[in-house]
Amino acid sequence: MKIIVAIKQVPERDAQVRINSAGKWIEEADLQFAMNESDAYALEEALQLKEKHGGEVIVLTAGPERVGTTIREALAKGADRAIHIEADDLTQRDALGVAQLLASAAKQESPDLVLTGLQSDDLGYGQTGVIMAELMGVPHASLILHVDKTDTGLTVKRELEEGWFQNIELPLPAVLMIQSGGTKLRYATLMGIKKAKTKEFRKVSASELGAAGASTAVLEKITLPQKQKSTQIIPGSAKEAAATLVEKLKFEVRVL
Amino acid sequence: MSGVYVVLEDRGGRISRISWESVVAATMLAAQSGAKATAIVIGAQTEALATEAATKGVAKVVCIEHPLLAQYTSDGFTTALEQFIRAESPDYLVFPHSYQVRDFVPALAARLGRVLIGDVTAIGEGPIFTRQLMQGRLSGSYKSAGVGPSFISVQSGAFRADGAETGAAEITTFAPTIDAAQIRTKPGEPFRGTAQTVDLGSAPLIVAVGRGIKEADNLPLVQDLAAALGAELAASRPICDNGWLPIERQVGSSGQTVAPKLYLAVGISGAIQHLVGMKGSQCIVAINKDAEAPIFEVADYGIVGDLFEVVPALTDAIKSARQ
Repeated sequence: MKIIVAIKQVPERDAQVRINSAGKWIEEADLQFAMNESDAYALEEALQLKEKHGGEVIVLTAGPERVGTTIREALAKGADRAIHIEADDLTQRDALGVAQLLASAAKQESPDLVLTGLQSDDLGYGQTGVIMAELMGVPHASLILHVDKTDTGLTVKRELEEGWFQNIELPLPAVLMIQSGGTKLRYATLMGIKKAKTKEFRKVSASELGAAGASTAVLEKITLPQKQKSTQIIPGSAKEAAATLVEKLKFEVRVL
Repeated sequence: MSGVYVVLEDRGGRISRISWESVVAATMLAAQSGAKATAIVIGAQTEALATEAATKGVAKVVCIEHPLLAQYTSDGFTTALEQFIRAESPDYLVFPHSYQVRDFVPALAARLGRVLIGDVTAIGEGPIFTRQLMQGRLSGSYKSAGVGPSFISVQSGAFRADGAETGAAEITTFAPTIDAAQIRTKPGEPFRGTAQTVDLGSAPLIVAVGRGIKEADNLPLVQDLAAALGAELAASRPICDNGWLPIERQVGSSGQTVAPKLYLAVGISGAIQHLVGMKGSQCIVAINKDAEAPIFEVADYGIVGDLFEVVPALTDAIKSARQ
């Protein structure tokens, strides 16, 4: 199987984010970036499918220069080659605009399967895979925890709400959006890191993939969220705070 | 142009709770132009759903009916709604932000050259749609631009469903043309995961642990705390994904929904997928090293500090108080 995995680079989970002066995005200058978590699961699923059925895993990433580190990480874990769509304006594109870039680059490869993560940890639109499938004219399934190849296509395990699941059969080619937790993530080996340096890493500019339409969902402004409750922050050392909290649990919450 | 439509979802033969919340959101949105929302129900036989929907203060109920819509498929629902939208040219389509909606509405919107503004938590004048960014650390204001319908989905719990009015709306039917060959996926019957032996829903006290615990070997810290309190132990998704605790202890959109007397969150940052499962708790206490973690937005009491110091101190203090 020829598998494309669309991967996004996002700010690291514990990064302290500050709103930029324009109030439209965050200050990126001193941020650390990492592979989006559910995309790491999509990559893992792709690598396991390749190990079982043979074929090729191609990493597809859009973003500025810095996403190269995330691409190298994916190559070090075992992806065979990479396509980097050079674009500096991702946060100004809506979900359709980004999916258009990814889908047109993916189409040129005629893959059997496209995998994406479920949702990015920064913008959190959670739509890229579904829109890619629509633009590529292939079926899709989302929130996928497990993938089995069959004679006619795939059987996938889809997560439903509140602890329910469902199996879905679909033909290939297809797009799947992978939910985290279905597999165990691997680490890159030293050998993998070494090999990654020699793997094909193709760059393509966003403009080569067609002009972007105007965003139809415009992010006007970013603010700090409004508190839903007034939280009493308990001060002091660990011991003092623990003692105060016990008082509260005893006399105000009445659970002790 | 013909106003605001809200697409309701079937959950075991009834309209789902989050669908009622989206009716409230759609009603607010429609009120900005002095109108009422129209409800849409989709299925093979929708009479019961439509009758239920007609009592909730909507202008009208439209039944989109076809035998191939008996079970949800992305292709079936996308095709049916696309035809309806092309026929009726709605200004807004409001959906509950459910797993099902996430599975097909982005494709439906893209087919019409539009984008879903998803997981909306508030609707302001304009209209301006608010949604969370960076896992709830920031909040973004969105506007819909360009020509064509706007697609909005609303977050579970963001709009109060008990605000829905009553009335008796007219019910009409729309019959889409769907060919069986258009439906490319074959969905199986839903099934439960492993048998559930822990009922977190009925536990009065819960200690929940998240990513901040760092390693499985550190779990005894929170297990001791739960034992001292006489609480059930729960976890956020990453803990169960890692296999450190069984999935039956997971709280959140993909796990259990709880509303105990006390929910003590240890090392949980409070991503929305977790918050929807516990924000109804009577008292929420959060222990987290990051003062800006979203969990503090819903917490009644917070301790900003290193859980590896605070939790043992708290366990000791509870034990002393219990003596």
